[in-house]
Amino acid sequence: MAATILLIVISAVFSQNFILVKFLGICPFLGVSKKVNSALSMGIAVTLVMVLATLVTWPLYTYIMVPLGIEYLEIIFFIFVIAALVQMLEKIIEKLSPALYRSMGIYLPLITTNCAILGVAELLLVADLAGVVPGLEAGIAMNLGFALLYALCAGIGFTLAMVLMGGVREKLEKLPVAKCMKGFPVTMVAASFMAMAFYVFSLL
Amino acid sequence: MNAKRYGKIAYDGLITNNATFKLVLGTCATLGMSTSAVNSFGMGISVTVVLLLSNVLISLLRKVIPNTVRIPAFIVIIATMVTLLRMVLEKYIPDLYDAMGVFLPLIVVNCVILGRAEAFASKNPVLDSAVDGVASGLGLTFALTLIGVIREFLGSGSFFGMQITDFKIGFFTNSAGAFFVYGICIALFVLITDRVEQARRAKRARELRRPAKDAPLPSVEAEREVN
Repeated sequence: MAATILLIVISAVFSQNFILVKFLGICPFLGVSKKVNSALSMGIAVTLVMVLATLVTWPLYTYIMVPLGIEYLEIIFFIFVIAALVQMLEKIIEKLSPALYRSMGIYLPLITTNCAILGVAELLLVADLAGVVPGLEAGIAMNLGFALLYALCAGIGFTLAMVLMGGVREKLEKLPVAKCMKGFPVTMVAASFMAMAFYVFSLL
Repeated sequence: MNAKRYGKIAYDGLITNNATFKLVLGTCATLGMSTSAVNSFGMGISVTVVLLLSNVLISLLRKVIPNTVRIPAFIVIIATMVTLLRMVLEKYIPDLYDAMGVFLPLIVVNCVILGRAEAFASKNPVLDSAVDGVASGLGLTFALTLIGVIREFLGSGSFFGMQITDFKIGFFTNSAGAFFVYGICIALFVLITDRVEQARRAKRARELRRPAKDAPLPSVEAEREVN
């Protein structure tokens, strides 16, 4: 059991990192990673929404949509759930803590169309845990606990990649770069080197 | 007159506002699906189909949808199109369906589609929107296929699945290679379009000055906001 949990954590955070290995959530990775602070806020917001979205979509799919035989509507249902959730969260944070809203709330509307959220909801629909965690022996059934743990760790991995990239880009801005490489290209090449580092985890 | 206008829309979608290289939208699918040329071509065509259908439908409904709820309405339309596409692919092209995996439902949140809906289809007539959808889609398909061809050739020595040489550079098939090839491709695209633009400007400066006829299309910044 402990080994299973450890493997889920390592897999979701490092070896199957959402940004650098699975290519989910690249838009905020390129758009909001100019500063470490904003990258961290965005990462935390995404992690929060990922866990909440999984908390709603996984039971919705398993206990309502599958018995009713309407699995084919999952895309429409999920995108609605995520959009509603993000709206609700934005309002709650605005009411509870204006300071937090100013630092994090502005990123929330961007999250609705974030591949990482819909991606985690879709990925977790497998019946067998080995489907999302390579290296695990088959036969461990997926349940809500594992799904939430995976979503949380995927969010942490996302935040980690965002913050690392924020640090790299803060330095990168000060360097003289060829005109055609400015902006996205040089960021992509930097991301490529980071992806190499993360690739090592999948060889373990 | 009309042909010229459609030509301008198509040129904008294909080159000036190329979704992949110029606007850098829809990057997840580009990076994730470009492991082989066939996969990236399939992904590009799938996005093009969804883009065409959603652009046409949104353009038809642009006077009916209230402005305040337009984004949710667009998303529902796009999600419906993707659901239809998914069913068709599962039935008729199961190989592509398997290869696309999680990136097939993720076409819903592909920024290119919502971006075109918001910036073009919600403001323009049906035929223009259809041309714009196809042009943007083909621009994306071209870019994706290019990245796919480069990665497949360097990574496994084949071209659209045909084995050409024996060499393999593993770097290009894994995720690091995707970022690297994409970055270099954007840089080359920027370099080439800049050179062409400079040459054209120099040529125009030599000729007599004429007032610009065409008003610029919706700005790039507005689309990136949607992201």
